[in-house]
Amino acid sequence: MKLQKNTRLALYSVLEFATDPTRHISAAEIADKYDVSPHHLAKVLSELARAGLVESVRGVGGGYRFAGNARRLTLMDVIEMFEEFAAPEGDRREPGERTPVGQALGTVLSEIDEIAKATFRSITLATMLQLLERQQRVRRGPQ
Amino acid sequence: MTATRAARPASKGTRGGAPPEPACASIRPVRRGDLDPIVALDARVTGLEKRAYWETLYLRYGASTRAEHQFLVADAGGRVVGFVIGEVRDWEFGAPPCGWVFAIDVHPDVRLAGIGTRLLEAICAGFRRAGVSTVRTMLSRDNNLVLSFFRSQGMMTGPFIPLEMDLDAVD
Repeated sequence: MKLQKNTRLALYSVLEFATDPTRHISAAEIADKYDVSPHHLAKVLSELARAGLVESVRGVGGGYRFAGNARRLTLMDVIEMFEEFAAPEGDRREPGERTPVGQALGTVLSEIDEIAKATFRSITLATMLQLLERQQRVRRGPQ
Repeated sequence: MTATRAARPASKGTRGGAPPEPACASIRPVRRGDLDPIVALDARVTGLEKRAYWETLYLRYGASTRAEHQFLVADAGGRVVGFVIGEVRDWEFGAPPCGWVFAIDVHPDVRLAGIGTRLLEAICAGFRRAGVSTVRTMLSRDNNLVLSFFRSQGMMTGPFIPLEMDLDAVD
C-alpha cells in the first residue's frame, strides 16, 4: 500500500516527536534524517501544528515538540489529514465505476479499504513506538 | 468460535459499592462461584444476559483439567473484574497448534489499569506451558477498542483472512 508523500512525512514527523515529547526537534533535523526537502516538510509541520499535534517552540534552538497524546492519537488521525478516504462522488468518480464490472471491482476494493481503515484506526502512536522499539531490539540482537 | 467480546464505553459509575482497586487484582483460574459476576459483567458490556452460554463455557473451559483449556479471571479483593478465555487448537484452518483467545473483558470501572494486559499475559503463559508459541484471536473490525488493546500488546495481523457468505442469498 502506498501513502502519499505528505502523509508519510507527517507520520515520520509525529513519531519522531512522540518518541520524546520533551525534546525540541528542528524541521531541518527531520528533513535531513528522512532525506526530504525542508521546505516541503515545513508545510506538513505547519498542518500538524494547526491540528494541535505539534507546537512550534520559540526562542533559542526553536523547533517543534509533540503536543498530542500518543496513547490516544491513531495513525488514522494523522493519515486522514492528508488522504481522502470518502468515496468520490459526481465527476470525481473514476471512469467506468458505475458499470457492472466497475461496481464489482469496487466491491473488492472496498474490502481492502475497510481493512486498511480498521488497521489504521486501531494503531495508536504509542503502539507504533512499541513496534519501533521491538524491531530495534531484534536488529540489535541479544546483548 | 465466539468473537472477542465487544466493549461499550465505560459508564459513569458503578452499582453495588465502590469500584475495586485494580492494583490489587490477582489473576487465577475461574471458579463456579465466579459465574454470577461474569454474567453480570458481560451483560453490562454487551447488553445481553447469556447465562446458559456462560454455563456452557464454564463447563468446557473452566471445569476442564486440560492444559489446553484456559478460563482465567482477574480478582480484585474478592470481586471478579475481568476474564479471559482461550484454548489451544490443533491444525484448524491448516495452522499448526496455537493458542486462541476468544473472549476477554475488563469491568469498565477499572479499565486502563493494566488488568487486560495481565489477563492476556497470564493466558499466554498458559499457552506456552501447553507447548505452543503463537497466540491468535479474531474480532470485528468495528471493535476498535479491543482491536487497539490487542495491538498495544504487540499483536499484528495474522496470515488468515476470515470469509463469510449469506446462505439465504445463495441460489
